[in-house]
Amino acid sequence: MHNIAAIARRELGAYFGTPIAYVFLVVFVILCGIMTFYVGDLLGRGTADLVPFFTYVPWVLLVFVPAVGMRLWAEEKKSGSIELLMTLPITVSEAVIGKWLAGWLFIGVALIATFSLWVTVNILGSPDNGVILVSYLGAFAMAGVLLAVAGCASALTHNQVIAFVIAVALSFLIITSGTPLVLDAVRAVGGNVLGDAISSLSVIAHFEQPMHGVIVLADVVYAVAMVVFWLFATGLAIELKKAG
Amino acid sequence: MTGLLQLDGLEKRFGAVVAVDGISLSVPAGEVLGFLGPNGAGKSTTMKMASGFLAPDAGTARICDFDVVTSPIAAKKLVGYLPEGAPAWGEMTPLGFLKFCASVRGLTGADGRRAIDQAVARTGLESVIDRAIETLSKGFKRRVGLAQAILHDPRVLILDEPTDGLDPNQKHHVRQLIRDMAAERAIVVSTHILEEVDAVCSRAIIIDRGRIVADGTADELRKLIPGKRKSSLEDVFHHVTTTRELADA
Repeated sequence: MHNIAAIARRELGAYFGTPIAYVFLVVFVILCGIMTFYVGDLLGRGTADLVPFFTYVPWVLLVFVPAVGMRLWAEEKKSGSIELLMTLPITVSEAVIGKWLAGWLFIGVALIATFSLWVTVNILGSPDNGVILVSYLGAFAMAGVLLAVAGCASALTHNQVIAFVIAVALSFLIITSGTPLVLDAVRAVGGNVLGDAISSLSVIAHFEQPMHGVIVLADVVYAVAMVVFWLFATGLAIELKKAG
Repeated sequence: MTGLLQLDGLEKRFGAVVAVDGISLSVPAGEVLGFLGPNGAGKSTTMKMASGFLAPDAGTARICDFDVVTSPIAAKKLVGYLPEGAPAWGEMTPLGFLKFCASVRGLTGADGRRAIDQAVARTGLESVIDRAIETLSKGFKRRVGLAQAILHDPRVLILDEPTDGLDPNQKHHVRQLIRDMAAERAIVVSTHILEEVDAVCSRAIIIDRGRIVADGTADELRKLIPGKRKSSLEDVFHHVTTTRELADA
């Protein structure tokens, strides 16, 4: 636990130690604003809620999270500092969890930075703030899942660009597997059972309930299971490199 | 007697290339072992396996009787390792970097401060302690790596080219540091500067194509060329790394 905290602290310092962190945060907030007001037409809907924001936030995260996660391992491999990290008396799991945690907290800060949207709808009307809070938690959990995927992609290569591209591709599949884009095609070929199976793996499907303010155990289990699976895969990739 | 650092039949291949081909050695406390060899001979690969970064294909590496593969945490607590090129996290300051290392090595509070102060003093980092590591000169970067390696007062020190890229004064300083630390520890120093063998090493091993081709004190190595009573280390190095037959004999 102590080591995980130490690694997470160091990684968070690395995020905020460069101006890129602040550029990231600003771009994220601007993108979210554009999606909410223009694409989601928040003002034109005449309803005081953040549904437009939470409808489009998965697509912002699709690009933003891989950008946050791509450096986690690839940079260490490129600079050789991974040799330092892995010869300290820490386990691979501690390093994997600590790094993921740091990235997740960073994304948490980015989500908090969009609070002006929340303030806006409260000025314009009286939204159900409980629903908004649960939606935020859902978005945070979704970011955690996508970050675990991005971290795994980062562990596969020492090239951050490749890590980014792999992470976006995987995240795209994980997001779209719950949309008609993929589901209609799957249902037409494989029937409803296969369609439901594919859909149950999608982060969008598990974001549906939190967006309406409902926390369902199945969604929590899904998020935890996905994070654990991808972190485990990340650890495996690191161990394999060690043997390689 | 077994050494603090004990390598037995270490082997490592990368694809079809055999990088390390059965290296066994033992380094007792008080010994500074010079690890010599041409570029690509397997020096760094051997040190990576000894420090537990790479898993060997065959053989074992033990630190104070802890196998680095089966008891990695116990072994890593007892080793200080300076990787080749002294990598570090460039955006950190030497102080932040050493604080992080102290923290994961379980040195907290007053113990941590004392360890950091001592390592900083020994490596002469006081003047750059608050500057980002990536802005430091090569010599200072190397010293940051050294400070990290000696921070926890390890029983075994594995230093991959600790004096590479340093100016003569800095080299002198690092050699003095190694000599000072030698008494209670087992130290392995890789280098391709042969004068370093006389300067700091109590014993030297020359490896070539993944195998040990010569092993002894500097004086013993000088007598290795048949027919010559005493030759320079350069001649010996050249002789043993170009004549496999002699090594096999």
